[in-house]
Amino acid sequence: MFARRRKHFGTPADKATYATLHTASLASPHLREGLTPAAAGKASRHLRDLLGTAAIAICDSSGVLAWDGVGGPYESNHRRDAKDLAATTLRSGRTAVLGAHDVACGDPQCPIRTAVVAPIVTEERVVAVLVAYSNNTSAALVRATEEVARWVSGQVELAELNKERTRAMEAELRALRAQISPHFIYNALAAIASFVRTDPERARELLLEFADFSRYALRRGGEFTTLADELRNVERYLVLEQARFGDRLKVSLQIAPEVLPVVIPFLVVQPLVENAVRHGLEGTTGVGNITIRARDQINEAEISVEDDGAGSDPEVIRAALSGESGSDSVGLGNVDARLRQVYGDTYGLVVETAVDAGTKVTFRIPKYSSGVHASP
Amino acid sequence: MSPAISLTAIGLVVVATIGIGLFGLRISRTTSDFYVASRAVSPRWNASAISGEYLSAASFLGVAGLVLVNGADMLWFSVGYTVGYLMLLVLVAAPLRRSGAYTLPDFAETRFESPVVRRICAGLVVGIGTLYLLPQLHGAGLAVQTVTGAPPQVGAMIVAVIVVINVAAGGMRSITFVQAFQYWLKLTALATPIFVILLVWHQPVGVLDSLHGAAAEWAEPLSRAGGRDHPLYATYSLLLALCFGTMGLPHVLVRFYTNPDGRAARRTTVVVLALLGLFYLFPPMYAVLGRTFAPDLVGTGGDTVVLELPGRVFPGTAGDLLGALVAAGAFAAFLSTSSGLTVAIAGVIDQDLLRSRLHRWTGGDYVAVNSFRIAALIAMIVPYLAFTVTGALSLADTVGLAFALAASTFCPLLVLGIWWRRMSTTGAAAGLVVGGIAASAAALVNVSGAPQGGWPRALVGQPAAWTMPLAFLTVIVVSKLTPDRIPAGTARSMVRLHTPEAVDVDRGPAPLTNRSTSAARPARHA
Repeated sequence: MFARRRKHFGTPADKATYATLHTASLASPHLREGLTPAAAGKASRHLRDLLGTAAIAICDSSGVLAWDGVGGPYESNHRRDAKDLAATTLRSGRTAVLGAHDVACGDPQCPIRTAVVAPIVTEERVVAVLVAYSNNTSAALVRATEEVARWVSGQVELAELNKERTRAMEAELRALRAQISPHFIYNALAAIASFVRTDPERARELLLEFADFSRYALRRGGEFTTLADELRNVERYLVLEQARFGDRLKVSLQIAPEVLPVVIPFLVVQPLVENAVRHGLEGTTGVGNITIRARDQINEAEISVEDDGAGSDPEVIRAALSGESGSDSVGLGNVDARLRQVYGDTYGLVVETAVDAGTKVTFRIPKYSSGVHASP
Repeated sequence: MSPAISLTAIGLVVVATIGIGLFGLRISRTTSDFYVASRAVSPRWNASAISGEYLSAASFLGVAGLVLVNGADMLWFSVGYTVGYLMLLVLVAAPLRRSGAYTLPDFAETRFESPVVRRICAGLVVGIGTLYLLPQLHGAGLAVQTVTGAPPQVGAMIVAVIVVINVAAGGMRSITFVQAFQYWLKLTALATPIFVILLVWHQPVGVLDSLHGAAAEWAEPLSRAGGRDHPLYATYSLLLALCFGTMGLPHVLVRFYTNPDGRAARRTTVVVLALLGLFYLFPPMYAVLGRTFAPDLVGTGGDTVVLELPGRVFPGTAGDLLGALVAAGAFAAFLSTSSGLTVAIAGVIDQDLLRSRLHRWTGGDYVAVNSFRIAALIAMIVPYLAFTVTGALSLADTVGLAFALAASTFCPLLVLGIWWRRMSTTGAAAGLVVGGIAASAAALVNVSGAPQGGWPRALVGQPAAWTMPLAFLTVIVVSKLTPDRIPAGTARSMVRLHTPEAVDVDRGPAPLTNRSTSAARPARHA
């Protein structure tokens, strides 16, 4: 059985190809980390397997990044010279074949007599060279060294792209800082203003609530808080909204106490509640009911905000979540994007809505997620 | 004992458990008062819940049986079960809460930054949980057998099915108030018969007489009553396992997460100590009374003494009623501990072993809830099969092995991980593997038939005294040998673990760099 399966691997030439591809695949994850000494060191072993030479070195303008092959005094001798050998190619970008009088160290036992130096090029720039040391140079070795260097160039370019992508993502994250909506600030201040003459004491209390709310929402420190703190802030928000809507705004809470210590990105519940207030109350004259639920789901907490207002067309919500419409539900899109950034794509917002059927927004938070800690 | 009354009582407990499980979520409190809604679970409630979940079949039935058969040495069981929380309080409670970990694998990951250590921990949680579920099923089998005469598989099956349905349907979860109620139910069920017996029956002198003379050896510490060799070694080993094993039990840590901060975690532990101390007063009383009223049970292993004693003292309706109360309490013990364990094990199976695979197999087309349900089924089927294969070990003995395994694996991980800065990732993994293999080898030998007599039996029967130091030594030696594998974030972790929440310190790097790794995750799938 085993022998028969072996046959499927094909001719010796096929097998050689597979072996080469496999060796290359072993080297590539290290090269994808970029040309650091650690990564180059790990990759160089596999690269030498590919070339089958006595030793190889990877050098950049600062010196030898990695050496693999013969050790002992031979290594230290040649390692010292490697920078000089690499200099020409680093400048010109052309492959150099160096003979014994450039390379050999004088020790007759030394397996290193010649070297092929091939450039590693990314974005038109020579970033390093691959030096293949051997006993004597053949045309095949020159060709092989050039090909391997070209392949390494490709991998290093991918590493650059990866870094680029991470930078882009961090910039996006910075742009995705939690936001409070300008509408709310305007409306809250207007509502407070209306109490200044009729009920100065209440106006003062509301202003203090507003101050506390802003301190929480505009804080600089960490990005995370506990559900308990977030709910406390939702309460401040609702006190301010109640000043505006009075008895028309009814809120009920169903919170499992077990999930209060769960760490969540801050300002993720408040925008959902704000959204519910806007959809549930604005534009009508009746009473709006808002329900905030937090349930314990073993490894996760499930949080939902529901209103019984006008609801909306699912297509509009879909557009808002994918960031297409900048108008109505900008809060939803922001919360959704931040949740996905932190916990991965399976943890976005789930919105259930239809015209005249209210809206329910649900999301889940894992109780533990590596690297996520609340800051006071 | 009249089966009808007892069965009714057991049935009531079962119905109540399922009912609360299925409908409890719907009647969960609704309020429009933020102050009420965002109030954390108080240490007192949380402590009742921890005690309710912790007091298992081994505590309810096993301890009394062991004392009845093997004499005064076995009192250490009740001491050890309680003192475990003292160790938890002194060594790990507050730092563990501050770590933000929900499960033991979470702690391993946050402290050692290694998926390998995390996976080993996940495997151990499943192992310890299974070893701990085994005696719960065994106890349920015994209880049903004592009441009705049905074979032990019946009772075990009943508990297994109820727990799986309940957990999979989303009931019982971690509802703190349900588990807290269970503690008081168990305490009432165990204490009431004792008080009735002591009040109604006016010859306490007779009991003390029975402890002299022929039975003097029974009441004498380290007397080899019950035919155990090397009682001194066995006692110390047992104490080590119980004291240091509690912190590694999977269902205990999960509940500490409910505490809002490290200080609350400590206060909770203190209350737990008091509640457990109160509870463990009663099992030895059953044993002493059983020595007088049911001496024949000594030959049968004694695990049924709690269930049978009321009927022996009061033949007739009074005895039946008290017996039914005890049987109901015992069933509550099996159900609550099994549910807690199953939830904890299933959570780990789901998170660490099942979900990513399910995601791959179904191409992302699955519902998270289903993954958990499958995990719950697996978490119960394995111990049930193990129960049908293995014979009847004494209840508290199997639990002792689960504690020994926890003490030889998670105890070094937690204690050194929290208090020793130079612990390396390799050291952590090596300690878990060595301690785990040593303790589970002992457990396997025990379950499949312990060697007879002498040191081998003592060493295998109570392995903690050698497996736990072995694990500690492994961690220390390997960590010293691999100083380059000390996690890079050790200093940061230590600050987080040991600084009270109220103190404003830098708890780590800016969140942005923190999250860049996880932020890269979705993009890779896309």
